[in-house]
Amino acid sequence: MSIKLSMQRLILAGATAFALSAGAAAIAAEDMPPLPHHEWSFQGPFGTYDRAAAQRGFQVYKEVCSACHSMNLLYYRNLTELGLTEDQAKAIAAEVQVPALSDDGSPIERPGRLSDHFKAPFPNELAAAAANGGKAPPDLSVIVKAREGGPNYVYGILTGYVPYDKLTPEQIKEFNVSKDDNFNLHFLGHRIAMPAPLADDKVTYVDGTKATLQQEASDVVTFLAWASEPHLEARNRTGIRAILFMLALAGLMYATKRAIWADKH
Amino acid sequence: MASSHGAPPVFNNKVIAWIDHRLPIFSYIEKEYHTFPTPRNFNYFWNFGAIATVMLVLMIATGVVLATNYQPNAELAFNSVERIMRDVPSGWLIRYLHMNGASFFFIAVYIHIFRGLYYGSYKAPRELLWILGVVILLLMMATAFMGYVLPWGQMSFWGATVITNLFSAIPVVGDSIVTWLWGGFAVDNPTLNRFFALHYLLPFIIVAVVALHVVALHVHGSNNPLGIDPKGPQDTVPFHPYYTMKDGFGVVCFLIVYALFVFFMPNTLGDVANYIPANPLVTPNEIVPEWYFLPFYAILRAIPDKLGGVICMFGAIAVLFALPWLDTSRVRSCTFRPIYKWFVLLLVADVILLGICGAHPPEGWYVPASRLATVYYFFHFLILLPVLGKIERPLPLPSSIAEAVLKKKAG
Repeated sequence: MSIKLSMQRLILAGATAFALSAGAAAIAAEDMPPLPHHEWSFQGPFGTYDRAAAQRGFQVYKEVCSACHSMNLLYYRNLTELGLTEDQAKAIAAEVQVPALSDDGSPIERPGRLSDHFKAPFPNELAAAAANGGKAPPDLSVIVKAREGGPNYVYGILTGYVPYDKLTPEQIKEFNVSKDDNFNLHFLGHRIAMPAPLADDKVTYVDGTKATLQQEASDVVTFLAWASEPHLEARNRTGIRAILFMLALAGLMYATKRAIWADKH
Repeated sequence: MASSHGAPPVFNNKVIAWIDHRLPIFSYIEKEYHTFPTPRNFNYFWNFGAIATVMLVLMIATGVVLATNYQPNAELAFNSVERIMRDVPSGWLIRYLHMNGASFFFIAVYIHIFRGLYYGSYKAPRELLWILGVVILLLMMATAFMGYVLPWGQMSFWGATVITNLFSAIPVVGDSIVTWLWGGFAVDNPTLNRFFALHYLLPFIIVAVVALHVVALHVHGSNNPLGIDPKGPQDTVPFHPYYTMKDGFGVVCFLIVYALFVFFMPNTLGDVANYIPANPLVTPNEIVPEWYFLPFYAILRAIPDKLGGVICMFGAIAVLFALPWLDTSRVRSCTFRPIYKWFVLLLVADVILLGICGAHPPEGWYVPASRLATVYYFFHFLILLPVLGKIERPLPLPSSIAEAVLKKKAG
């Protein structure tokens, strides 16, 4: 009976999806300011990840975001692709304790290894939801590919908070904002569960870079973009070679085709 | 046409001769792909059959490799695709080739269909050839739909939910059919499992129908831009090397555009929501099918009644089966049909308009636009085509292909 009921609810959800989407899209179209347009190192066919920015971004993730957001698809070994040495990555992995089984089969905890996934902040999704007002914070492994606007959207969210006392009375009224709400310019509906995660000097960069809000945001977006698409550089390189090869091939084929058809035109 | 009916070819290689004497595959290739008399006046629209074939082979090749690493299980599917993207050597390349390959297969096939429409390639004696082509289109749509479900992202899940729910519009047995399709009371693991099995099966059925399509093509040979039959050797060239070379050149040009997407904007044609794991409790902001389904999706939503919408959506394809008999004109090519030519182009604009409507929520001007475009779509096939064929006065046809080609050369 309960299965049947939930099925009906599901179908209802599917059927009303159009109506819902229409409403959400209307908000999106009318009230959303354009996303900031940042220059990213990984844009375009020759793009590469700025390793220093990505490493700083990992520091921001580790010290700030990872308190709530998992990155379940990443392994500690992946950090060497960001330019960390194997020993550095090993040390980072060893900072966490991961559940395991001892030789006699009893549950234990052991230090993390390179072959372990990034340790999630909560043991499971229910725990994550319970600790965060009923909804688990999204996993960030592919977040840059999972949002319209990609890196600019994530950057927009991280830098788009407006404190309550800076809001206009119209904004407060239109979006039904209370003192306890977090207002974000780029979030659909503007009221976002996540409090502003970054601020000036939220982290102290080991490389001495000044940690402004914008710097932290663009660094962590570079890190998250790499996490979402780790093979982008190989893709660009292969792509340029493949296309140059095919252009040359097409030229030769066209010349051959002309020669073959010469007596028929 | 002497070459196609002449004496069997003699092979100098003894092994080939031995095999051919027992299993004449080499004679077949010689006859159908070498000496095969082909109209000499093809334009580049005639490349798209070969291009579609290449895409089919490419989809099967990449698909088989993906299947060796994919897990058709609701718990594992999303992460197994990500594992392919991250940890399988060159997995990202195979996956992006397959994902964008679906779009480019449809691009090739849609242009191929437009070619057939414009030059009247569906007319006698090529009606079955055309019908087999429509069967291929239907099989492709089923395959593409089920393939899109496999990554088990949000759009996979909700697309599957919305599309399978369409069958619930069928009176009396609709709900039972939906339960049967799902293998349960909701889109869930059994649905994913069977979609994977069918997604692996259907491409091979497509290959079989493509083989029939080619056999039917080679009975009367290809149509051509003039739409008149070749009258002798002066009107044709052997398929090889003339068209093997021209097709090869066309294929490489097409692959360059395809590669631009695969390597530099691999996610542009997809939906970002499919990088969010499927969640039955959260409906995405918008449920939109892949771009190649948008015109049909718009027709579905244009009809205020659910059953009516489903009938019209399937009717939009079904009407293509009757096309050879709906068109009453005796002239094939639009080159010589001064009025119909413009209506074919209008139909293309109409389908593009439907596609735009399908991509947006049904509100504002998209509602009347999609209804108007739907009406025109069916008006075009069911009323305009039969009537226009009777009243239109075609331009005089050239007496032969060779004459037209030489005249063009002189002029």
